[in-house]
Order: sequence, then C-alpha cells, then structure tokens
Amino acid sequence: MSVRTFATDTSIVLERELRPVTRDPFSVVFSMIQPLIFLGLFTPLLAGVTGASTGASLQAFVPGILVMSCLVGTSMTGSNLQMEMKSGSHERLLVSPLGRPAQLVGRALKEIVPVLVQALIIVAVTLPFGFRVAPGGLLVGLVLLAVTAVGLGSLSYSLALAVREQEWAFWGVQQTLLFPLLLLAGVLLPLDSGPGWMRVAASVNPLHYLVDAERALFSGDVASTTVAAGLVAAVATAVLGVWVGTRAMAKAS
Amino acid sequence: MTSSLIEARGLTRSFGSVQAVRGLDLDVAEGELVAFLGPNGAGKSTSLRMLTTLLAPTSGSATVAGCDIATDPAGVRRRIGYVGQGNGAGHTQRVADELVSQGRAYGLRRRQARDRAAELMSALELDTLAGRKVQTLSGGQRRRLDVALGLVHRPGLLFLDEPSTGLDPQSRANLWEHVLRLRAEHGMTVFLTTHYLDEADTMAERVMVMDHGRVIADDTADRLKSKHVGERIVVRAATRDGAARLAAAVATEASDVAVEGTTLTARVEDGPATLPALLRAVPDVAVETAEVRRATLDDVFLALTGRSLRDTGAAEPTTETETETETEGA
Repeated sequence: MSVRTFATDTSIVLERELRPVTRDPFSVVFSMIQPLIFLGLFTPLLAGVTGASTGASLQAFVPGILVMSCLVGTSMTGSNLQMEMKSGSHERLLVSPLGRPAQLVGRALKEIVPVLVQALIIVAVTLPFGFRVAPGGLLVGLVLLAVTAVGLGSLSYSLALAVREQEWAFWGVQQTLLFPLLLLAGVLLPLDSGPGWMRVAASVNPLHYLVDAERALFSGDVASTTVAAGLVAAVATAVLGVWVGTRAMAKAS
Repeated sequence: MTSSLIEARGLTRSFGSVQAVRGLDLDVAEGELVAFLGPNGAGKSTSLRMLTTLLAPTSGSATVAGCDIATDPAGVRRRIGYVGQGNGAGHTQRVADELVSQGRAYGLRRRQARDRAAELMSALELDTLAGRKVQTLSGGQRRRLDVALGLVHRPGLLFLDEPSTGLDPQSRANLWEHVLRLRAEHGMTVFLTTHYLDEADTMAERVMVMDHGRVIADDTADRLKSKHVGERIVVRAATRDGAARLAAAVATEASDVAVEGTTLTARVEDGPATLPALLRAVPDVAVETAEVRRATLDDVFLALTGRSLRDTGAAEPTTETETETETEGA
C-alpha cells in the first residue's frame, strides 16, 4: 500500500469519524462531565488540605485534570467501535477498499479533537478562578495531549477488537485500569509522599511523566528535562498504541 | 462467452473443532442470480464471508471477480458490493454523509461521491431521509440504505447476506423490487443467502441448497422440485375400493403410488394433465376431492435431508412471527 493511499484512506476515515462530532458538538461536552466534577469538587478539598489558595491549587490540579480528561475520553472510545461491530458498519468498512491500518489510525486521530476541545474548555473555565498558564507552554502541552490521545485511543480500539466475543469485558478492563493509571500519574495527589513501591509503579506509567510535563509547561518551563520526558512518554504511548491497534485491526474479521 | 465471476474450489472453514464449511466448489457466471438456501448454521454466511475476504479459508481457494481472495483481497474488495447481515451504516451518522463516505472509500472524488449519493438516495427512496440520523430510520429504510451503500461503486457482483431477515412482508417486497430493478438496469450478478423458502423460490434463478457445511443440491428451483420431489396428485375417493381402482388406473404413469384409507397419492410428471385423465378413465368411481400438489423447496429439503427447513427454525416469515414492525416515514 502506498503512502498516498494510506494518507487518503486515513483522511476519509477521520472525516467520517468527525462528522457526528461536528454535527452534534455537544456530545464532546458529555464525556467531560467526570473531569469537571473532579475539578469542582476536588479543588476546594485540595485547597483546604494544603492551605494553599484556590489559584495555587488549580495550578497543580488543572494539568492533571487535562490528562484525566484525555484518559477518560479516549479510553471509552473503543465502545464506539463495539457499537459499530455490533451493528455491522465495522464489517461494511472491512469489506471496503479502505486499508486496515488507515481504519485504525483515522479513528485514533479523531480522538485529538474532543481532547483538545475539552482541554480548552477546562482552561477557560479555570482562568477566572486564578489559574494561570503560559501561552507557549499551553500550546506545547496541547500537542503532548494530542499525541497521547492517539495512543490511548488506539489501545481502547484494540481492547474493543480483542474482547469482541465478550463485549462486557471491555468496561471491566477499562474501569480496572482507569483509576490506577490516574492515581499513579499523580493526577489527584502528588506521589512524592507515597510509599516507595508506588513511586516505582508510577515510574513505568507514561501518564505520570505527562502530568509532570504539563505542570512544567503551564508554568512556562518549556525547555526542561521534565518536558522532554513527557514528550518521550507521549510518543511512546502513541507508537505502542498504533502498533498494537493496527495489528488488531489487520486480524479483524 | 460467459466468464465465471465466482470460482471456488474445495473451500473449507473450521472454528476450533467445528467444521462450518466442508469443501465448497462453486461456479457462478456473469449475470446469474444465485441463492444459498439452508437452515441457520448450515455454513451459508461463513461461505459468503470467505468469498468477500472477511474470513480466511482454512483450506481451498477461490477467485472472485477475477481476483484471488487470498493473494489479492484488495482487488476483490474494490470489485464487489457487499450487504452484510447487520446494518452497514453507523448509527450516529446521517444518511447522506454515510453514502458520501462510502463513495470516497471506493475512490470517488468528493463531488462525484456527493452526486452518486444523491443518485442512490433517489433510486432507493431515501431522498427525504438524507439529513436523518441512521438510528432514527425504520428497519426497511435501513436495509435500503445498506443496499445503497453496497452499490456506491456500481459493482458488477453484489453479495447479500440474508437481506430481508427481520423485515415485515411489505418491506421485503419493496426491497426486492429495488434490488431486482437495479440488477436489471446494471446487469449485476447477485449472490445471496437466505433461509426464507419463498425468497429463494421466487427471486433466485438458481438455488444452492446448503446443509451441514455442504452444498447438497444446485439447480433452478423448478428443476430441483421436479427432480427431487415431483408433482403429486392426491385424490380422495368415497370408498377404499374406489381408491384402489384409481391407484390401478394411474399406475402406468406414476411412481410412488400410495393408498392410505380412501386417499390415493401418486407422483406424476404432469399433474394438471394426469388428474383429469385419471378421473375420466374410471368414471364410475365416486371422488370426493382431487388436487395437484406442486412441490415446494421445503419438500426438496425434506427429500434431501429427511428434515424440514421449517423444523430447523427457518421458514417463511408471517406477520405474526415478525418482531419488527415498520413505520415507513415520509
């Protein structure tokens, strides 16, 4: 398959995936209710515990919430594919000339859009409460989120393809992984005060590096090793996800 | 020259220890309308999924539309239309959008894809539904959309996997009207699976009866009936003696003559001609009822397998047994 065909096929799949989102933009907001609840109900607690101002708490918490919003949304996206497998539209596309890798990559790329929209909404909502962000840092931070979203989305699709005989297993696995990944990323509370084993577990969690990188970026610290580590983690997630996903899609029937 | 559009040799497919298809040999020429008829689990869909590149065969080979399913699946995919058992359109998509996407998937430019979508929507009575979300369509409308999606690239060969399952009788008739008209207009070859006897009987020009992963008969519905079942005349006389005399009179022209009580049953070549001739031959026998029984494909299946297709859970749908009732919009 030539590169051109792959690019064209991917853009066709991407366009198809984006249509329901653009036709019905409100759907993007629904999947971010959970992060918004955390933002509204956890920030005051955090401020109360640490004694810091709301602004300072947001400064620590918003980068984590962006990663959380990215993880929650992208990890659920496999259920869209499950619906398509159930209805028959996935099968219809498998019989079409669209390349299998393009069918995975196009879907995964679509994840970028809701993730970015949600991130911008969260930033906009928190600015009046004292959250401050360096514009350049925000831009790079969004790029990292987008790259991670592609990887996580691919993994969610892979999961959907892997459990196609036992659909219920999708939510079991997704829910089982969601909170450990979030807690071990230091989204809710910093891991510095956790036990040693927890810090070891966090060190293999790419989201941990991503959260740290986002915190550094938002405070304007763009050229740092923390950001470099976040970039490596994001790219590694994307490469792993797309690799696993394209293999799963190639075997789909 | 009639060229073979589908040519399969020794196709098999196993799922674990279950052999779903056990050696399928198949030749379908251009322009044919062929139906796979058989009960659920006979291997119809598995065969179709192999021919459409969805499933790799365990062994055997096949060429579809000139391309080998194993070495050139992409070539097969470009040339065939496929309407699967499920609904091909995404539930959250809009009707016109999905048709345009499909056109683009088959290599049409944006503009061409939009024109083709409009053309198909008008051909399949979907024009008023262009902006509707697929999930709001009725069963019949969805099925017409599925067919439209399968025809976007004007394929010469269309596969339909149980196209009318779950539709009410009116929607089935409507769907068939469209399929047959489009086939006539474009000279399409159509290959379908069905477990509806009447569908195979009235729509298909060639019926392949499938059971336990094998094709057990392959001919026109009429020839299958006359070869495996034939026509029967059934005459009820007033007395046992009368029935015996009728049996003696018809014996030379019939096979399988049976008398049960006062009723004679005999298999004959030409029922409508034989029956009045028989009644004239023995005018003093008092006859109460007389009828010609034409064979159905179910009789064929019964003769071939000893089981009735109806008993296997597959039969003609009736309004009462249908779960989905359709409210046609617009």
